[in-house]
Amino acid sequence: MHIVVCVKMVPDTTQVSIDPVTNTLIRDGVPFITNPYDTNAVEEAIRFKDKYGAFVTAVSMGPPNAESVLRKAVSIGTDRAILLSDRAFGGADTLATSTVLGLAIKKLNEEQPVDIVLCGKQTIDGDTAQVGPGIARRMNITQLTLVDEVVSVNTEKKTIRIRRKLENYHEIIEVKLPVMMTVEREINTPRYPTVPGRLHADDVRVEIWSNAQLKLDPATIGLPGSPTQVRRIFAPEREKGEIMMGEGPDRTKAVEACFAKLLDRDIVHV
Amino acid sequence: MERLIFLIVCLGAFAFFFKNIFRLVATICLGRAENRFDNLWSRCAGMFAYGFGQLRVIQKKFGYNHYLLFWGFMTLVLVNFEFLLKGIFPAFSLAFMGPLYYILMFAADIMSLVVLGCVVLAIARRLFFRPYFIDQTADAFLILCLVGSLMIAFFGMSACEYRLDELAAGTYMLVTRGVALFLRGSDTESLHASMRVFWWIHAIVLLFFMNYLPYSKHLHVLTAIPNCFFRSKHMVATVPRLQFKKGEEFGISKVVQFRWKDLLDFMSCTECGRCQEVCPASNTQKTLNPKKMVHQGKVNLFTNSKSVFANRPADMLAPAPKDAAMNVPLINGSDKSVSKKAIWDCTTCGACMQVCPVFIEHAPKIVQMRQHLVMEKAEFPEELIALFENSEQRSNPWGIAPSDRAKWAADLNVPLVTQGVQAEYLFYVGCAGAFDSRARQVTTALTKILNAAGVSWGILGNEEKCCGDSMRRLGNEYVFDKMAQANIEQLKKYGIKKIITYCPHCYTTLKNDYKQFGADFEVIHHSELISSLIAAGKINPSSDSAGRVVIHDSCYLGRYNNLYDQPRDVIKACSGGRAPAEMERCREKSFCCGAGGGRMWMEELDGKRIYLERTQEALRAAPDTIAVACPYCLTMYEDGVKDEKAADRVKVKDIAEIVASSIS
Ligand code: SF4
Ligand code: SF4
Repeated sequence: MHIVVCVKMVPDTTQVSIDPVTNTLIRDGVPFITNPYDTNAVEEAIRFKDKYGAFVTAVSMGPPNAESVLRKAVSIGTDRAILLSDRAFGGADTLATSTVLGLAIKKLNEEQPVDIVLCGKQTIDGDTAQVGPGIARRMNITQLTLVDEVVSVNTEKKTIRIRRKLENYHEIIEVKLPVMMTVEREINTPRYPTVPGRLHADDVRVEIWSNAQLKLDPATIGLPGSPTQVRRIFAPEREKGEIMMGEGPDRTKAVEACFAKLLDRDIVHV
Repeated sequence: MERLIFLIVCLGAFAFFFKNIFRLVATICLGRAENRFDNLWSRCAGMFAYGFGQLRVIQKKFGYNHYLLFWGFMTLVLVNFEFLLKGIFPAFSLAFMGPLYYILMFAADIMSLVVLGCVVLAIARRLFFRPYFIDQTADAFLILCLVGSLMIAFFGMSACEYRLDELAAGTYMLVTRGVALFLRGSDTESLHASMRVFWWIHAIVLLFFMNYLPYSKHLHVLTAIPNCFFRSKHMVATVPRLQFKKGEEFGISKVVQFRWKDLLDFMSCTECGRCQEVCPASNTQKTLNPKKMVHQGKVNLFTNSKSVFANRPADMLAPAPKDAAMNVPLINGSDKSVSKKAIWDCTTCGACMQVCPVFIEHAPKIVQMRQHLVMEKAEFPEELIALFENSEQRSNPWGIAPSDRAKWAADLNVPLVTQGVQAEYLFYVGCAGAFDSRARQVTTALTKILNAAGVSWGILGNEEKCCGDSMRRLGNEYVFDKMAQANIEQLKKYGIKKIITYCPHCYTTLKNDYKQFGADFEVIHHSELISSLIAAGKINPSSDSAGRVVIHDSCYLGRYNNLYDQPRDVIKACSGGRAPAEMERCREKSFCCGAGGGRMWMEELDGKRIYLERTQEALRAAPDTIAVACPYCLTMYEDGVKDEKAADRVKVKDIAEIVASSIS
């Protein structure tokens, strides 16, 4: 079994603020971390390794320092780490990113057939949740988004049964491999790296793939390949809504007042 | 004929004894290297004070019984030496010592009676008023009976000799003479026969006793004094620094991975139970019992050393090979192993090490086993993962954005040493002081004091990082190691020489732990600073707002760093010269609040909550204010006071707050 897990280096967004004048993110001095959803994807990949002896390859697209998130993946058990890094990839939106990642995984598939591609549900900097499905489309394989549990795997029939977390219900599906899955945080608790794992990761060679290897048309990648344009970044302002408070005996009054308003606007009915 | 038999018995007994001693030495040598041969003079001094002087033993009343037993034995060693030699060479006598010999015999005679009395008392104690922390063992009774019969045989033997007029120092042996009164009228023959019977009893019991020692808890007779000699020179021993090289194993999962002194520790335990009596975990029905932990270490060592020796018969006095296989695991798995649960129960309060009469170092052993669980196995209570990641990524336990660290100082106009301000002292605020809303009030109070006293000070602002205390105590040495190095580098970069801390955990970490990393800062706890500012008249606390104050000694201030008087002086100055009230357990005997050793970040599921046990004790002193000098203690007592529904009548305050509210 060969598993490819995609990871992204993101700024620790709780530490990012927005420049009110230029409307851009102030990233100065903000540390980079592995996209939290991706840590669950890596953990799930390692669980496949523990259970079925899968070979796990971690792939990331990003600047050279994104190597650190790959090393983190190696520290808990990833076997191979590939960084897709080229100036030509820079400034990519989700479309151009999926193009590069999709092609890289196809190349890996030629070396050793890929059974499962794992991605986090979304990243915390973009929050689009588009790259996973984009990869599946380019590889032409089944996509299973919002997975919060792997129910079972049949290695002989090459099928997988998973559970998806949807708005008000769960969906259990069984499909044939290969698949692309994006995972929810609830799927697992990522393990903590051991020190021997970390020391091993420090020494591991992270392969760097540039466009010289991938040979993608420059017009389809990076900034030129990205139709998305950012007009403005801003924190959403709350225009509506209010906080109704009351302490002690006033609490009941606040609840009553709240219900009166809700009734008034036909939001609840008696 | 009789002499020949004795000679053979004696030689056999000594051969067996020395074989065992060699085995014990070889077992100690299995441990890892560590230099405990420095400061020889102070080591000798300690050995005399605590080994021969039994200073810690007599800190409990019943210890005097042991004191007498011990000195009785010391006196009798020479006499027994003469006894054995005389058995082989009847002409031998120590009488050549002249008058000294008579003094010796006089003392030996009296001391034998004393020892007999002590033995009776000890048996009675175990039978009728045994403290809960002492286990009822057959071993103890056997030894006491052996010692008792040795004394009886001694008197029987010497009384007969006295009657037969064969006792050179007889005139001076008053007890013997008293016993001999009962033998008046016995004829020479029966006197002689009884003398031989007593003599043989004495000889056999003596040789048996000597050889039984290594198999019992009385092994401490041989190891306790060396253990006092090799004791740690630090008040509370901490773990050694590790080298993070590939291929090494980190932390301890096999008993032979301890350092040799740890192995000697295991062999030195007297099973007195004093550590159990003071341990906050044992006192609140947790799994951890330090006495048991040491005992498990001992049996684990003896079981596993057998197989190491079996695989390596030639090279006896060498450390165990790295890949040495163990029969019994050190952590979890048998009654000869320390349970994982116990390992996580420790608050590293140091109470056990403070009372142990033979200076066994419990906490570092526990922390090193944690190191194995964390660094090799990544197995730890799940609530710690957030702490570990927050500390590593954001350098504070809560994971708050580092850019919020100096928020408390926003309106206070605090000088930043990172902006080139020259200040005499760096105030190292610490994570609690910077982020915890309650502890921030203490930080602000301290700020007020520093300014009022005209101290030249500054802070690192958002550049300050976590000191790593919790990481180290929880066994995450790898991350601690990085934090320590980065912090020292940063402090050196800004030319910091003197550091003020508010948190005792930052205090001991910067002051003591960082020494292993080449740091040499002058670190001052706020209690030290404030008390010296008061003494120098730089601040004059006046009003008496705190009412009746009861004081709590933080483990990391008191036992770890000997700061007991400073916080008391501060309170005194704020209470019109009145000393604060004391709890039942105070100063060296202070009882942990339950938050140290990383326990602050862990659930406390078993038994009674430690903070409740301590808060109830504080409330028994009927205070208006409970004074603390540590942010963890502050949190714990505030929780405790709330749980006890006493929050409206009892306030919990840091000493800095008490001072700040009593200066204008
Ligand atoms: S350090 Fe404190 S908690 Fe730990 S074993 Fe000793 S007395 Fe118990
Ligand atoms: S470890 Fe020390 S205090 Fe505890 S039982 Fe043994 S000798 Fe006594």
